[in-house]
Amino acid sequence: MSALLSLRNIWVEYGDKIVLENVSLDIADRSFVSIIGPSGAGKSSLLRVILGQEAPTRGSILLDGETLPPECGPDRGVVFQRYSVFAHLSALGNVMFGLECAQAPFAARLFGAGKRAAREQAEEMLDAVGLKDAMHLYPAEMSGGMQQRLAIAQALIKRPRILLLDEPFGALDPGIRADMHALITRLWNEYALTVIMVTHDLKEAFTLGTRVLTLDKRRHDPHAPHRFGATAVYDLELSKKDPAALEDRSDDRANLRADDTNSITIDNKRNN
Amino acid sequence: MRWVNRRLGRGHAIMMGALPIALLLLLYLLLAADRHAINPADKILPLPGQMVDAMAALILERDPLSGGRLFWDDTFASLTRLAIGLLISTASALLAGLVLGILPTVRATFGPLVTGIAVIPPIALLPVLFIAFGLGETAKVALIVIGIAPFMIRDIAAHIAALPREQIIKAQTLGANSWQVMIRVALPQAMPRLIHAVRLSLGPAWVFLISAEAIAADVGLGYRIFLVRRYLSMDIILPYVAWIALLAVTMDLLLTQASRRMFPWAHGAGY
Repeated sequence: MSALLSLRNIWVEYGDKIVLENVSLDIADRSFVSIIGPSGAGKSSLLRVILGQEAPTRGSILLDGETLPPECGPDRGVVFQRYSVFAHLSALGNVMFGLECAQAPFAARLFGAGKRAAREQAEEMLDAVGLKDAMHLYPAEMSGGMQQRLAIAQALIKRPRILLLDEPFGALDPGIRADMHALITRLWNEYALTVIMVTHDLKEAFTLGTRVLTLDKRRHDPHAPHRFGATAVYDLELSKKDPAALEDRSDDRANLRADDTNSITIDNKRNN
Repeated sequence: MRWVNRRLGRGHAIMMGALPIALLLLLYLLLAADRHAINPADKILPLPGQMVDAMAALILERDPLSGGRLFWDDTFASLTRLAIGLLISTASALLAGLVLGILPTVRATFGPLVTGIAVIPPIALLPVLFIAFGLGETAKVALIVIGIAPFMIRDIAAHIAALPREQIIKAQTLGANSWQVMIRVALPQAMPRLIHAVRLSLGPAWVFLISAEAIAADVGLGYRIFLVRRYLSMDIILPYVAWIALLAVTMDLLLTQASRRMFPWAHGAGY
């Protein structure tokens, strides 16, 4: 198993508060990693570090064996819970943005044949996320689910090596959320994506993921709770088709019922 | 029904809005008639007829000294000064606000300077402007610019700095560099706010224009008002003030409509 993304001894500290301590991970190509954990356990910090929004205090991150600069780039796409799309652009404009930035460094806009080509590509992408009929709408005219679909399309048009999702479906109602799960699973297969998703929803983490990471503090000092950081306390590989083995390894925090565990291995995993 | 839930229909709202204005006019007429009943030569509260007579002379007849129709000359001179002042302020607000808002290094370097300039009362700088630029048009335009530009710059910079961090990050993950973030993400979203800032600055801009004209000018709405004050010519001052109010309201209305038409996405779901 070749690691696409490697985290080596990552520490994230804010002042004397330690958020993440000594996180080392290898994330394989084509995997779908769910990150769960209690609030304040550094899930989002870890995502920000991988995204390049923040530099780790110590440690290094390698993408394809090369050290990543502490800055965001087109090799890592992202969908946040909110504010992921540009309010001043239509759906089509939002998706074309990534193409325009790459092809028109100064004007950041395309004209003529280039614009037509980008438009076609963007329409195809919008079709893939089911927004073909809504491509001239502005985000303010869209529902929360549509906005997240748009945010995914916008990120995927750049064909990122890794797609990072920060509680992408947290603000959606259960029905829409189920649709979005089907969508992201389909896109993950079709576009051969590597996905890292932070979520609060355990069921979501286990249904979607091929691997579930739980971040939490290993040690706790009651007098100085901020001096110990969180790290990956559980690392469950879900690609094995043995429910019993999974059952054994699933922790009681996760509190999964047997049928839930079963459903993990049935669907959406067509890669093995 | 609770008062906080009562809504008026469009027709009723216009009627209710016109009511206080009509009452105020009526009150004025009553007071003016009252004073004229006591003293027919009263100049403090002129009757509408007197105002029409006085204004007709300014609007229609040519002034023997300048050869122009004073009312229109005044209006043209004032609006030109206001327009140039607003144009310079708006352009600099957009430019400076954009870089201050989006580039942390520029904000750290020039932020305190802009804040410092913004807290100086502009009128206190008027003598400096007269000394530096003379008594011509430049000083008056400069007063408007110094009066409103710092406020507008700070407003735009704050608005851009408050754009969700997620958007800036997202733009970078889509391959945008600093320049592209500036012109494709920050600039378009600053535009509706800029129009809003211009609307809010119209009031102060008029104040600085009238002040500058009152002190040193030979034509202009403010100049005329302060000139005829010497003769207690309320029959000219009041229509001039009403005219200024009308001009200001029209500009405000035009700006609102322009913003709604050009940036529908910034005006909520009801467009």
